[in-house]
Amino acid sequence: MTTFSSMSLYSLTLQPPSSTVQAVTGDYVGSGREQILCASGSRISIVQISRKRGGAVIELFSEDMFAIVRSIAKFRITGVTKDYIAITTDSGRFVSFEFLQTTHKLRLIHEETYGKSGVRRVIPGEYLAADPSGRAVMLASIEKNRIAYLLQRAGRSDVTISSPLEAHRPQSLMYCLVALDQGVDNPVFASIEANYGRIDAESPPGTDATVDKHIMYYELDMGLNHVVDRGFEKVDRTSNILFAVPGGHRYPGGVLCCGEDSITYLSMQRINATRKRVAIPRREGPTEDPNRKRHIIGGAVLKRGKTGKFFFLLQSEDGDLFKVSLDSVKSRSFEGVETPEVDRIRIKYFDTIPVASSICVLKDGFVYCASESGDRAVYDMVSLGEDTEDPEYDSTQFPLDTNEDFSVPFFTPRPLQNLSAVDAVPSQNPIMDMDVADMTRNEAPQIYTVCGSGARSTFRVTKNAMAVLEAIDTPLPEPATEIWTARLTSEDEFDTLIVLSLISGSTLLLRVGEDNVDEAGSIGLLTETTTLGVQQFGEDCVLQVHPRGIRQVQGIEYNLDEKDQVVATHGRITDWACPPHRTIVACATNTRQVTIALSSGDILHFEAAAHGLLAKSETQIHLDDTVTCLALPEVPEGKTRASFLAVGVGDQTVRVYNLIPDHEGQVLQEVSLQATSAPATAVAICNMRDRSPQGYGMYLHIGLRSGVYIRTVIDEHNGELRGAQARSLGHIAIKLARVFAAGEPAVIAMGARCHISYAHPQTQNLSTTPLSGAHFTSSFNFSGPSFKGIIAMKSSELRIFQINDLTKKLSENSIPLQYTPRKLVRDPYNELYYVVQSDNNTMPHKTRQELSAKDVNGDVSMNGEQGMGELPATEFGYPRMLGSWASCIQVIDPIAMQVTCTIELEDNKCALSAAAFSFDSQPDTFFLAVGVAKDLIFSPFHFTSGGVRLYKLTSRSTLEFLHETPLDSPPLALLPFKGKLLTGDGRNLTLFDYGTKSLLRKARARNCVPARIQDLKTQGSRIVVADQAESVTYVVHKEQAHPQLLIPFADDTVTRHTTSIDMLDYNTVAGGDKFGNVWLLRCPKEVSDAADESNDGQHLLQSKKFLSGTPNRLDLVAHYYVNDIPKAIQKTSLVTGGEQIIVWAGLQGTLGTFLPITSRRYFKMFQQLELAMRLKHKPISGRDHLAYRSYYNPVKAVIDGDLVERFLLLSRDDRERIVAEIDVGGARLDVDDVEAQIWLMRSYYAF
Amino acid sequence: MADKLRATQQLEALQARHVGTGHADTTKFEWQSNVARDQYSNFVGHPATLQYMSIGVGMPRALMRNQQIDKMIQPMQPPKCIVY
Repeated sequence: MTTFSSMSLYSLTLQPPSSTVQAVTGDYVGSGREQILCASGSRISIVQISRKRGGAVIELFSEDMFAIVRSIAKFRITGVTKDYIAITTDSGRFVSFEFLQTTHKLRLIHEETYGKSGVRRVIPGEYLAADPSGRAVMLASIEKNRIAYLLQRAGRSDVTISSPLEAHRPQSLMYCLVALDQGVDNPVFASIEANYGRIDAESPPGTDATVDKHIMYYELDMGLNHVVDRGFEKVDRTSNILFAVPGGHRYPGGVLCCGEDSITYLSMQRINATRKRVAIPRREGPTEDPNRKRHIIGGAVLKRGKTGKFFFLLQSEDGDLFKVSLDSVKSRSFEGVETPEVDRIRIKYFDTIPVASSICVLKDGFVYCASESGDRAVYDMVSLGEDTEDPEYDSTQFPLDTNEDFSVPFFTPRPLQNLSAVDAVPSQNPIMDMDVADMTRNEAPQIYTVCGSGARSTFRVTKNAMAVLEAIDTPLPEPATEIWTARLTSEDEFDTLIVLSLISGSTLLLRVGEDNVDEAGSIGLLTETTTLGVQQFGEDCVLQVHPRGIRQVQGIEYNLDEKDQVVATHGRITDWACPPHRTIVACATNTRQVTIALSSGDILHFEAAAHGLLAKSETQIHLDDTVTCLALPEVPEGKTRASFLAVGVGDQTVRVYNLIPDHEGQVLQEVSLQATSAPATAVAICNMRDRSPQGYGMYLHIGLRSGVYIRTVIDEHNGELRGAQARSLGHIAIKLARVFAAGEPAVIAMGARCHISYAHPQTQNLSTTPLSGAHFTSSFNFSGPSFKGIIAMKSSELRIFQINDLTKKLSENSIPLQYTPRKLVRDPYNELYYVVQSDNNTMPHKTRQELSAKDVNGDVSMNGEQGMGELPATEFGYPRMLGSWASCIQVIDPIAMQVTCTIELEDNKCALSAAAFSFDSQPDTFFLAVGVAKDLIFSPFHFTSGGVRLYKLTSRSTLEFLHETPLDSPPLALLPFKGKLLTGDGRNLTLFDYGTKSLLRKARARNCVPARIQDLKTQGSRIVVADQAESVTYVVHKEQAHPQLLIPFADDTVTRHTTSIDMLDYNTVAGGDKFGNVWLLRCPKEVSDAADESNDGQHLLQSKKFLSGTPNRLDLVAHYYVNDIPKAIQKTSLVTGGEQIIVWAGLQGTLGTFLPITSRRYFKMFQQLELAMRLKHKPISGRDHLAYRSYYNPVKAVIDGDLVERFLLLSRDDRERIVAEIDVGGARLDVDDVEAQIWLMRSYYAF
Repeated sequence: MADKLRATQQLEALQARHVGTGHADTTKFEWQSNVARDQYSNFVGHPATLQYMSIGVGMPRALMRNQQIDKMIQPMQPPKCIVY
């Protein structure tokens, strides 16, 4: 008997993490241009920066590895024209891939197991370096283990890998590993290491400072096939990063070793002999501490051509880029070979860009900055920094020993001169807090997040909508109902006519000129009647369908007359009139076929005959019900007619008829029928890209009067319909329009909101996404000489827009914040958000202003030069000041998207938490309580005082400070509770009521939790308290006891370092922890009931403590590893009127959900599907998927939807094979059932 | 006797191979140091954890990494009194 958990969840990621672990440039496609390989969270992606599109970042490929990606590298085997990808993850395996551009897949080259899985101290994988000549890779762990693999080419493109060559160094800690550029000599890897071997129990404190760091050289002897120690040299104790200097016989080779205040050049060939050092220039400015030493945190080397000059761009922790170049002279070695030798290093300020985790310099001049916080930026290098007036320093000015005195180099930061910003890729990383709410009140709920750190912090709103690029937005002279565009002849490249059917019952004809739109003039088309359809027909005709018949105008032309006026001429006009007492109710056209439906229920079909004349088909269809809509597909290329006609009939069916004679020679025979839940108001047949072998499939789109949109596949041969997918888009009848989006066919469904149905460019999955921006009621494809896109109208507004990117279905909007946001609080009454922000080790606002003011007053002769204070902090950051805090409270209007109020905290206080509420005793006043700490230090935790500051909201943009109540320790969590305020100050839980001079304590649970209260949530009298290290504790409030009591009655058996929680129901709580787990805990029913039973709580106070905790324990309901730290978790719904789900936001920029699986049958199906995917289509990282999702604790009651969705990407055969093995009891499932269920999970609860 | 010697040798080989393997006479200091080193290497090894810490103190990830590895050199202060 199988047992089931009481709850089963389906985990789905809405937005993958955007925090870049590492980014590496290389030519992975083999096109001769460089791309960037990025690792973020568990995903790797390849992006390209397009010069043609002005530096736009285009994602070529992205795949979930289902593992923690630790390090990536590229290598190029001799004789191969593309770079291969090497990845280390927590799988304990070294994997390498070749990217195949045509299939958008990674081809596995090697999968070498070398150690245990997991991120461990001595398991290699933390560091990965590949020899620039592609002959070897080295993997290293932080401590001890270093292994190398030799790579060799076998055959044309196969690569063989040797068994691992070990070069372990016990008790040696590695800080950095690089591969030196050795040209044709044996591959050498250099690392910074420190050996802690002499530290033991007798070493006095501070001995660690006397442990030296060395650069170690590991040479891979290709002949002897093992790793040789090539010696070591002592470097500065603060060294943290190495850069390999280009080598070979043209370049000097060696390494740059960077540490605090120094960049040193070293060469392995002449150990200790060729050192050169420069100090890192410091910023000059009134707010800068002239004694603060800088570090280099990253950088890139730029080499022009094969023989050209090279230089480094190194970034300091402030974000300043320095150009470091090496001057070399030729020196003759004892073997008589001339080799260049470095005799001087020069350093010069280059520009300032955001602090990056990786900087990629591409050969075509782009600089990609994978920012540590906020949007990733792309810059174009406009000059090489030779012409700027910044001071240049060189190694002759600095002593080799860092302890010797030297004159400190300075520079003045300035706006960009050598780089110019060209593009930014939005990134929410890091998300600090999140709230899902429908603030705008007209669409589905929005996701509000506070993101970023320092001055690059933002408040963002994310919606499920596809971004459109607006070109024109113009009013129409009269309100219209429908719009069409048409070319004049079949050879035309662009649309010339825009036809609008007006509400007044007439037709407006417009002509698209070179750069304007004007009246079309007299071109033979009817204007006094409503129009049902306009189509370029045959060779040179334009066809107008109106209720009384069809008009055909031949040879419309626009010519210039003598006065340079555009004059319209047209040829023969042919009219086909409706039979008497009938009108045309619906029509469908393509370039060679016309079908009309008459009010009598007859459907007539016409085809193009000679000279573009209409030839009526002899067969016609008669239906007893009214025809509501018709659809014809485009004529396939090279054919004379399309093969099917779709008819929406009033009896709630959509019927498909054949237009190509069947085996009996009959046409207009019903071939299939789709029953719908309401009459169809629009149908469209469209060829769309899919994963079928041909690459395209024919799809029937149906819009119903009830607002449901259905998409089914039409079999191209026999017209059968299968795989219908329905989705409700609101409650308004749907109209459809066939358009082109990003060059691919798509369908726009216009109902309550406008949606676009398209094939995802990478996965080819068919998706439906709302369009962002205003609403419209009619649209048509439009291709003009200067613009290709979609023309749409609503009443009397005309819009032309474009959809360029089909890969993103979330659109976001952001406004900047002041400092790192710590908490986002929604004001439930005023539709406002409060964000408390604080930055550690940053100069407070007041000091900054004072120093800047002093500077301006003191030194008037600045001759217009900008002081530091005037440079934008978003680029240059705030001036740093050890131990001090800059902190503020901001009020944000989420509808207008603006900050309405900023209150800076002074006295080295930092804001930690906030709550917006009103006291029961002050019912008409809205308060904001802010938890603050003074002189806070995180590690070891220390502060001088903590308290709650109370503000009164006096208007939507002003807060009035009332008072500050001191607390024993800083409150990390505040919660409005029963018209009072609950604070989690340190270990204590305290209830406060309003007082005029300070808050008044009403109840307190001393030492409620073991470590520190992190989060509070409540329902009724129950409070769930999250502890920073020891999971959650359930507390009950007994208000009728005197004094009031707060009694902890249940806690957890496992220590969970909780970050955020939310209550799912009265007994269940969902939470996330610092290690990247999401879990659900539930209080047993009897415990829960007992806690609420008595009014005085005496039996709870009397019950015996269990194992120095509370008397009762919680049960674990579900557990899942998400590989990102959940910063906020919320039970909410993401679609209007949809079911409640769990939404969580991860630090690295992930937005994820947990959806309930409501049917046991489908739970079993998903379980078996997940198992099959795990075993038969393993994630490419080589990580065991079950072990990955059970990283800390075994996964429980959660299905990995991200893995399950990969099922949709498999070939039909693979899918059928998997589905054949699924046994859920009852009727067997087929592939379509399974697919529909997977789609439903996403579309029903989320997007 | 030979068995015992071999067992000891095997244990020593194991301890050299697997860092942190304890033995009967492991002191509290050794054990704690080992745990602390594991902990710091874990902070560095998990990208999200490292980022979490670097945001907390407003320090770039690269420097936070360096600082954490530095802490692995002498993770524990020496014991106040040495127990024999």
